[in-house]
Amino acid sequence: MIAGFVEHYEEMAAVILFAVGFSTLLFHKNLIRKLIGMNIMDTGTFLLLASMGYIRGRKAPIIENGVQEVSAYINPIPAGLVLTGIVVSVSVTAVMLSLSVRLYRRYHTLDLDRIYILSRHEEEDR
Amino acid sequence: MSMIWNFPLFTVVLSLFSGVLCMMLPGRAARNYTIAYESVLIGLVSCVLGYTLRTGQEFTYPMGEFPAPWGNEIRAGVLESMIALLFLVILLCSILAGYHFIRKDMDESKQNLYFSLLNLMTAALMAMTWTNDIFTGYVFLEILTLTSCGILIVREIGRTTLAAVRYMIMNLLGSGMFLMGVVLLYDLSGHLLMVPMRQSIASLASDPSSIPAISLAVGILTIGLGIKSGMFPFHFWMPDTYGWATPASGSVLSAIVSKGYLLLLFKVYVRAIGIHVLQQTPILKILFVLGICGMIVGSVSAIRASAINRMIAFSSAAQIGYIYMGIGLGTTAGFEAALFQVFAHAVTKSLLFLTTPYLAEASGESLKFSALQGSGHRDPLAGLFFSVGALSMIGIPVFAGFSAKLMFAQAAVMTERSWEILVVMSALAVSCTLNALYFIRTMIRIYSESDVTGKRGFRRLKFDRSRAGHIVAGCLLTAVNVFLGLYSWRISDLIYRGLGMYL
Repeated sequence: MIAGFVEHYEEMAAVILFAVGFSTLLFHKNLIRKLIGMNIMDTGTFLLLASMGYIRGRKAPIIENGVQEVSAYINPIPAGLVLTGIVVSVSVTAVMLSLSVRLYRRYHTLDLDRIYILSRHEEEDR
Repeated sequence: MSMIWNFPLFTVVLSLFSGVLCMMLPGRAARNYTIAYESVLIGLVSCVLGYTLRTGQEFTYPMGEFPAPWGNEIRAGVLESMIALLFLVILLCSILAGYHFIRKDMDESKQNLYFSLLNLMTAALMAMTWTNDIFTGYVFLEILTLTSCGILIVREIGRTTLAAVRYMIMNLLGSGMFLMGVVLLYDLSGHLLMVPMRQSIASLASDPSSIPAISLAVGILTIGLGIKSGMFPFHFWMPDTYGWATPASGSVLSAIVSKGYLLLLFKVYVRAIGIHVLQQTPILKILFVLGICGMIVGSVSAIRASAINRMIAFSSAAQIGYIYMGIGLGTTAGFEAALFQVFAHAVTKSLLFLTTPYLAEASGESLKFSALQGSGHRDPLAGLFFSVGALSMIGIPVFAGFSAKLMFAQAAVMTERSWEILVVMSALAVSCTLNALYFIRTMIRIYSESDVTGKRGFRRLKFDRSRAGHIVAGCLLTAVNVFLGLYSWRISDLIYRGLGMYL
């Protein structure tokens, strides 16, 4: 079992990163920490994707010296997926940061529990 | 290749273009443009539906002429066309009926941005409906999340920002899990296109030792979409999100956005995994249990709610539970019932979300039950539309809700598993009783004589131009609701044909 973990250390690292990020996003009260957790979680997924695409002993998928055999190159699709995922992740982070700024300006704290208590004091309904 | 084959792609490209265009238009022009272009999209999708019904088969549109498994694909069949049509009709009704409140809730200079976001949301929904590629589904799922958050925070009060943050956090958790599920499925199958993925997964599943790996991948993906669609026990973000949004946004989020995620789940289950493989995993049984828990817990929470918007939001959680129960039955009839419930719930809930603000407007802008007493007299049209929605939710014959519940009962009987029949029938009975409890209580309240305002009896119906949109949307949604109730067999036949194209 341990040998299996060592052999697949990239996948193991990806799963650990995902778990750390997921729990931070779910359980932390501070909005910025939650955001960092989200980015760690996404990084874990991207690492898993990248490790899936990489095949030891093969080269980047750019034709060199006229070699066209598929077996000579690594799988390029996961790299494309990682790039798309990074774009999505950056966009979501930007939106979340802007929301955090808006909440901070109104409640002067980034603690979600405190913000919730403060907001309950506001008018309940229209 | 017929010209109609291009129409699904047109719906996505036109929506993206309209999103940019609306940023440059003034508020009212953006609204009028959005109504016109949504109508054009309804025409295009109706052509696709007519074409697929006439030819009796779906069509595949290879993007950039690259064939499978290398290129990206759009697939259009009866089911996709019907759901795209449903989404567009509800979007149109939400704009028509909700514009009165959009004007109240946001500055004139920002209204164009709201319509811009709605158009980008339409692009995301259309892409998720038509795509045959699971990763494209993920990308547009994130765009849907971002635009949903945008239409939620346009009401610039503290609670909407907090609701948007909570909504985003839950959705980000869901997206992360969905992406992880997609990556694991890609790792197992080597494909991102749904049909080649299903073939690969089917051959993998022939070896029982690979079932745990498939279950893990599909389970993670299911939890992700479950969080996003409001499945029990991840439904607690719904009351704040739906309750604090401007009415058009509440209607769109509750009736369409959650259904977009559910549609993606259906597509992954039926098209990318296959029902036979799913039946070998424990996922369907878990969904069945969670669905039933959602039906009961959602309704109990709705009974305890002190404001009408929160009651309707919790009721949504209960109705989503019905859908997961149908999926959990794991049969074609269960899937059919769940898909019919998607239609019934979308039509009814948008009617309720678009109507209650008018009742509140007639009650001093308060959504609390105590203030709503007699509001059905003060605003008879809103009272009528609310009653239609409420009766449909309870499951009174003639309305869509009854047909959906009947289909669930029939699907349970068709499983021929006595314990499932017993559990489904009991859950339906309890849930209907609870629904009746809080919806009839609300109807009694809105039609009681108000002691607070001293206004008694019905007001005479007067035509007010600002109400025209609400009247048109309300009548349209009521007509669709009654059609779904009276001619459910027609819709279920179409769903059956659509599912047949999937298999």
